[in-house]
Amino acid sequence: MRAGVAPRPIVRGPALTRAALVLGGGGAMLFVALIAGIGLGSVAIAPDDVLRVLGHRLLGIGATAGVGDSIETIVLDLRLPRVLGAMLVGAGLACAGTVFQAVLRNPLADPYIIGTAAGASLGATIGIVLPLLLPGLAIGAGSAWLGLGIVQGLAFVGGVGAVLLVLTIARSGGRLPSVTLLLTGYAVSSLLAAGVALLMVASGRALAAIFSWLMGSLAAVGWVDLVIAAPVVFGVFFLLLARWRTLNLLLLGDGPAAHLGLDVGREKLGLTLLATLVTSAAVAISGTIGFVGLVVPHLVRLAVGPDHRLLLPASAVFGASLLVTADLGARLAGGIPVGVVTAFVGAPFFLWLLRRSRRVSESLS
Amino acid sequence: MSPVVEIRGLEVSYTDARARRVVLRGLHLVVTQGEFLALVGPNGSGKTTLLRAIAGTLPLDGGRVALFGTELDRWSRVALARRVAVLPQSLALPDGFRVAEIVEMGRAPHATRWFGSSGEDATAVERALADADALDLAERQADELSGGERQRVLVAMALAQEPELLLLDEPTLHLDIAHQAALLATVARLRARRGLTVIAVLHDLNLVAAHAPRVAVLGSGRVVSDGRPASVLRPDLVREIFGVVVDEAHTADGRRFLVPHISAVERIEPSLHPHSINR
Repeated sequence: MRAGVAPRPIVRGPALTRAALVLGGGGAMLFVALIAGIGLGSVAIAPDDVLRVLGHRLLGIGATAGVGDSIETIVLDLRLPRVLGAMLVGAGLACAGTVFQAVLRNPLADPYIIGTAAGASLGATIGIVLPLLLPGLAIGAGSAWLGLGIVQGLAFVGGVGAVLLVLTIARSGGRLPSVTLLLTGYAVSSLLAAGVALLMVASGRALAAIFSWLMGSLAAVGWVDLVIAAPVVFGVFFLLLARWRTLNLLLLGDGPAAHLGLDVGREKLGLTLLATLVTSAAVAISGTIGFVGLVVPHLVRLAVGPDHRLLLPASAVFGASLLVTADLGARLAGGIPVGVVTAFVGAPFFLWLLRRSRRVSESLS
Repeated sequence: MSPVVEIRGLEVSYTDARARRVVLRGLHLVVTQGEFLALVGPNGSGKTTLLRAIAGTLPLDGGRVALFGTELDRWSRVALARRVAVLPQSLALPDGFRVAEIVEMGRAPHATRWFGSSGEDATAVERALADADALDLAERQADELSGGERQRVLVAMALAQEPELLLLDEPTLHLDIAHQAALLATVARLRARRGLTVIAVLHDLNLVAAHAPRVAVLGSGRVVSDGRPASVLRPDLVREIFGVVVDEAHTADGRRFLVPHISAVERIEPSLHPHSINR
C-alpha cells in the first residue's frame, strides 16, 4: 500500500484491514469457543483452570497445582479432543463447501452434494451392520486398524469412492461440465442412499447406531482420530488456498477461465478431489453433520467478499468456531445430535440473512 | 509478415444425442500480424465456432490450426492465454468483485506472485481500463453495471492479458454509438502501437466498412469471400449471402454505406453457391 496522500491504487488486492479484522475476530471467537467448549458441561470447569491445564500440559508453562487430577482427565481426554475434532470438522466442511460452490458455480452446493455423504453413509452403515451379520468375522465394533475403527475407515473409503465413481461417469473428453457433475452426483447419491435404507431395514438392533451416525456426532472423537484427520484438513486447506486464483477464475465460467489459461477440466478434477478428501476425513470422524458446509461460505462471503484468498481462511476459522459452539449446545441440551443444532440455529439465521441481503441469493448465480 | 493464424481445411461439428451438425467444412484462413479481420455472415454460419476453434476451446474434426507458427494442440492453455485473448459473446460477471478486480483476472496467465499482484500487473490493469474507456468504472461493483458498461469491462479484461492476438465476438454488442467508435479506435491504436492482430465478429456491415481493412464472409461452413470491404460488401453478395436486398448509398464526402431496401422485409431465399464466389 502506498502511504500519504497518494490516491488509492486501482489494483490493491484484498483490503488488509478488513482481512485482519475478520480473521482476528474469527480467531478470538475460536479461542472463546475453545475455552467454553472445554469448560462447560456436566462438570463445569473455570476458564482459568482450563487455561492452566492447557498451558501446562500442551505448552509446558505454569503448573497445574490446585487443579484436580479428575479435572485434568476431563479436559485432556474427554473435552479437548472433542472440541478439536469439532474445529477440524467445521473448518474442513466449510472449506469444502466454499470449493464446491465455486467449482459447480452453484450457491446450493455443499460438501456432500456430489456423493460424499451418501457414499460415506453407506460405508459407515456397512461398518456398523457387518459385525452383526457376520459375527464370525473378527471385525467387531471394537476391532481397529491403527486404532481407527472399521466404521471410520469404511466411511472415508465410501465417501471418496462415491465421488470417484461420479467423476468417472461425469467426465467426457477431459471436460467436467458442472451440470453433468451435479446430476450424476444426485443420481449416484440416490442409489447409495437406497442401499443405506435397505441396510437400515435389515439392521435390527443396530438401527439406533446407524441413525445416530447419520445425524452426526462428535462424542466419540478421540486423539487417534485427530492425529489422522488433522494432517488431511491442514494439508488440503493449504493446497486449496494455493489455488485461490483458479477458484476465482472458475467463477467466470468454464469458457472464460480456459481463455485465461486454466486447464479447466483438470483443475476442477483436482479441486473436487481435494474437497472430497477433506469432506470424507471430516465425515469419517463425525458422521454427516449438515448445514455447516453450505451456510458458512455464504455468511463469510457477505463479510469478506468472493475473493478466495480471504474467503477460504475466513470460512475455515468461522466453520471451526461455529461447529464448536453448536456441539457445545448439543452437549448442554442433553446430548442431542450436533446436526440437529446446526440445522436449528443455522437455518433460521440463514433465512434471515437471505431476506436481509439480496446478495446471498444471487451470489454465484 | 509472419502468419499469426493459419487455418487449413478446418472441420468442426457439434454432436448431440440425435444428430451431428457440421458447422465448418474445410475452412481456410490466414491472418498475418497486425491485421484487423472482420468476420461477417448470417446467424449460425459458424463465426463464433471459428473463434472458439482458434482459441483452442473446441475439439476439431479435421484440418489444422496453427497460431504463431505452432500447431494448436502443442500449446499449453497458459502459454496460449499469454498471447491470445478472447472477448466472449456473453459473460455474466460474478457478484461481489470490484471492476478492477475482474479486470485483474486478465492478468492470471502472467501471474508471477503467489499471493498478490506485481507492479506490472497494476500498470497493465490501469492501461487496459484506460484503453477500454472503463477507468471511471474501476471502483464500481461488477454486478451493478449496465450492459454496455459490462462490455467495456470485458474488453478491459481481455486487454489486460496484453495479447498479441485478440479475438472479439460481437464486441460492439450493447455499446452505444460513441462507445462503438471508441472501441474500434482503440483497436486501431493498439494495432499501430504494438502490432496487435485482431479478429472480430461484427454484424453491422457499415461498421465493418468504416473500420475493418479486411473482411471475411462465412457461409456454408467456409470463407466464401475475403478481401477489402469495398470489394466484398457489395449489394449482390449481401443479397446472395444474407438473402436481403440492400441499396448502396454514399455520404456527401463519398463514404459508401448499405441500407436494407424498402422491400427487404420480404426475405428472399439466399442463393449461395460457395464454389461460384470462393476466390
